[in-house]
Amino acid sequence: MKLTKPGKVSIIIVGLFISTLWLFPMWDIQLGAPQYPDGLSMQIWINDITGDVDIINGLNHYIGMNTIHKEDFKEFVYLPITMMVFILLGLIVLLLNRKIYYYIWTGIFIVISLVSFYDFYMWEYDYGHNLDPNAPIKVPGMAYQPPLIGYKKMLNFDALSQPHIGGWFYLLAGVIMVTMCYYEWKKSKTVAL
Amino acid sequence: MNKLLKYALLVFSTFTILHSCKMKTTESVVTGTAATKAYVAPGEYDEFYNFVSGGFNGNVSVYGLPSGRLLKMIPVFSVFPENGYGYSEETKAMLNTTAGQVPWDDQHHLSISMTDGEQDGRWLFANANNTPRVARIDLTTFKTAEILQLPNSAGNHSSPYLTENTEYVIAGTRFAVPIGEQQDVPISSFKENFKSTISFISVDKDHGSMNIAFQIILPGMDLDLSRGGKGPSKDWFFFSTYNTEQANTLLEVNASEKDKDFIVAINWKKAEEYVKSGKGKKMKVEYAHNTFDEETQQAYSKIENEVTVLTLEDYKDMVYMIPCAKSPHGCDVNPTGEYIVGSGKLAALIPVFSFDKLTKAIAAKDFEGDYHGIPVMKYESVLHGEVQKPGLGPLHTEFDGNGNAYTSMFLSSEVVKWNVESLEVLDRAPTFYSIGHLCIPGGDTKKPWGKYLIAYNKITKDRYLPTGPELAQSAQLYDISGDKMELILDFPTVGEPHYAQGIMASVIKDKSVKFYDIAKNKHKYVTMGEKNARVVRTGNRVDVYMTAIRSHLAPDNIEGVYVGDEVYFHVTNLEQDWDIPHGFAIKNNPNAELLIMPGETTTLKFVPQKAGMYPFYCTDFCSALHQEMQGYLRVSPKGSNVPLRFGIGESAPGVAVK
Repeated sequence: MKLTKPGKVSIIIVGLFISTLWLFPMWDIQLGAPQYPDGLSMQIWINDITGDVDIINGLNHYIGMNTIHKEDFKEFVYLPITMMVFILLGLIVLLLNRKIYYYIWTGIFIVISLVSFYDFYMWEYDYGHNLDPNAPIKVPGMAYQPPLIGYKKMLNFDALSQPHIGGWFYLLAGVIMVTMCYYEWKKSKTVAL
Repeated sequence: MNKLLKYALLVFSTFTILHSCKMKTTESVVTGTAATKAYVAPGEYDEFYNFVSGGFNGNVSVYGLPSGRLLKMIPVFSVFPENGYGYSEETKAMLNTTAGQVPWDDQHHLSISMTDGEQDGRWLFANANNTPRVARIDLTTFKTAEILQLPNSAGNHSSPYLTENTEYVIAGTRFAVPIGEQQDVPISSFKENFKSTISFISVDKDHGSMNIAFQIILPGMDLDLSRGGKGPSKDWFFFSTYNTEQANTLLEVNASEKDKDFIVAINWKKAEEYVKSGKGKKMKVEYAHNTFDEETQQAYSKIENEVTVLTLEDYKDMVYMIPCAKSPHGCDVNPTGEYIVGSGKLAALIPVFSFDKLTKAIAAKDFEGDYHGIPVMKYESVLHGEVQKPGLGPLHTEFDGNGNAYTSMFLSSEVVKWNVESLEVLDRAPTFYSIGHLCIPGGDTKKPWGKYLIAYNKITKDRYLPTGPELAQSAQLYDISGDKMELILDFPTVGEPHYAQGIMASVIKDKSVKFYDIAKNKHKYVTMGEKNARVVRTGNRVDVYMTAIRSHLAPDNIEGVYVGDEVYFHVTNLEQDWDIPHGFAIKNNPNAELLIMPGETTTLKFVPQKAGMYPFYCTDFCSALHQEMQGYLRVSPKGSNVPLRFGIGESAPGVAVK
């Protein structure tokens, strides 16, 4: 069945929203401690990490955490490619103009999102658990896995992890797609064959 | 019997009443709101930076107002072992003079750079009295950037004072001395041979670099405090003088003979034009010029050997003398630039001169004679008026921007507030004790901030807890925003403040450098990164390229150094964050320590005299593992064949089997 007008428009909107990932960071991590009155922060982009990365790396070596370098992340190559392909697929869906393709397209989005979050979680796990055995400061049983999302206290640091502007647009895109799928499906029930 | 009783009662009651008459003490001088006015709550900032001269400690101290808290000591003319100033290879040259490296001086006065008569907070100029020099301090780094020695001068007290737009820093000599080739003359030949010199130091608009543009030679007398004109009088400079009697001995008596000395008015703009047009002679004389280059992080000392000099024959219409009562100490120009206040320290009045009247009198040639060829103005023709019975011993006047003047009275130990136009005395506030100078932030510029006044006193006695015979100098902070002056804080100061400058914190605080960008470090011996840490021998000179980062010094094991070697530790602080300095010191080094800021490279020299083991370590608490930040230098006897080896961790000598 053909897509509704709102359905077709939503593909454009979703494409634009996902494009913001190239303009704004996806994710934001804030760190606070008494000795850092201005706070420390790190922004994760679709293809980069910015913020107080050098200072955080300097602090990390005390507790044996790995240093963070842009070059270490293959994700910064795969993710931009994946997103560009996804947007192109959206345009193809728009041309083919069939509801079924829209449902598949949304499904692909959900899979990409789940894989991304899982990857982020695994990276944070490794980063927080895989510590240098010769680290100067060793707190028995302590792991420094940053929160996937939300607040956590680690030693003298408060950590807050949340989506940044690009991330919010991405999530919003997902919400639009899922809502549109339901709308399309509802509409398909009421249209005369 | 009755009479006797009455008499006894009378005597008894008199004594009781007299005993209960107490004189006013401080408790009754301070009102209830003083505490809140002087209090700066934790986490809040002071409103003003207060740069205070160190006097006989040779440095400049920085206080916050209104809290009176000491924020920093800036080393300028004295060695400062605390951070290695004057000891490190990079800063030694700053204290170089034609008499060698001079480790101390007497720092009296300060001036903050101005643009159009308003403070711009770029540089702070400071004078050295004993070995005449002027320093320029960079107010983004709070470090001494340049020191220029002054030839033909002695007792550089009348210094440093600025023209309205910081075109020149002016420095006048206190002592008249013989200048030129023949200086070995009898002291009693003062009148014939001794001269007074005023140096005009040009300041580069962009970089601040100083150079002596020209000097003016005056007949021998003592020059005292001076001020640049403002607004209408901006092309002029005014000096107070004393000992125009030209005495060379027992000045206490002989220099106080004449009823009036002078204020010397100099049209510096005309002098500048004369020099440009080729007037004046080039005189051969040596003086040191030291500059700290921020890029290479190194001080360079150069000996200049020539100066342009203007003498009496050159200037016919640029110097005039205005009679001023009794050995004036101070000479201050009000914010509009119209009034010039002379403070005769032995006088019982304050004369106020009018610039408008001065220019008219000069045009009308209204002179009453001449002083060694310099025209002397008729006192009444230039006078605006005299402040009558202000107090005893006026020294220094500043202004609040509301038409009021505040003069310090050394002998009557008070600050007197008076109106510049009407010459009426409006208020008096006692100081504890014997005020020398006072400071109103911006009070010597076109735009004073008329909120606070600080009195810098010469006698402390019982103001604070006693600390043996040698006491800190006392200072009092007054709120002058109302009609009457209100004492709000009493605080001790370091060294002996002679003068101070205050500036609104917002002008400086956001430009303050937090740390140095290591990518911009062009020091000759910088070590970019720990992998480049190494030790290099050239003959009997050993250069240690060392890095410091939390929490280790690299290399931290060094062998193969011999007795008598000249060892240079070049330590680079690799940190790139706020407030992470590292220190460096090595055992038995007759030298000071180093404090290295993030991104900096600093060098400490060590010449070991005995074979043995010399630990070195970081002296500034930098991290949780600061105590672990250490190393060893092995010194072997001269001629031994211990090879030069160095390293840290796995690369330390002896760990790896070679």
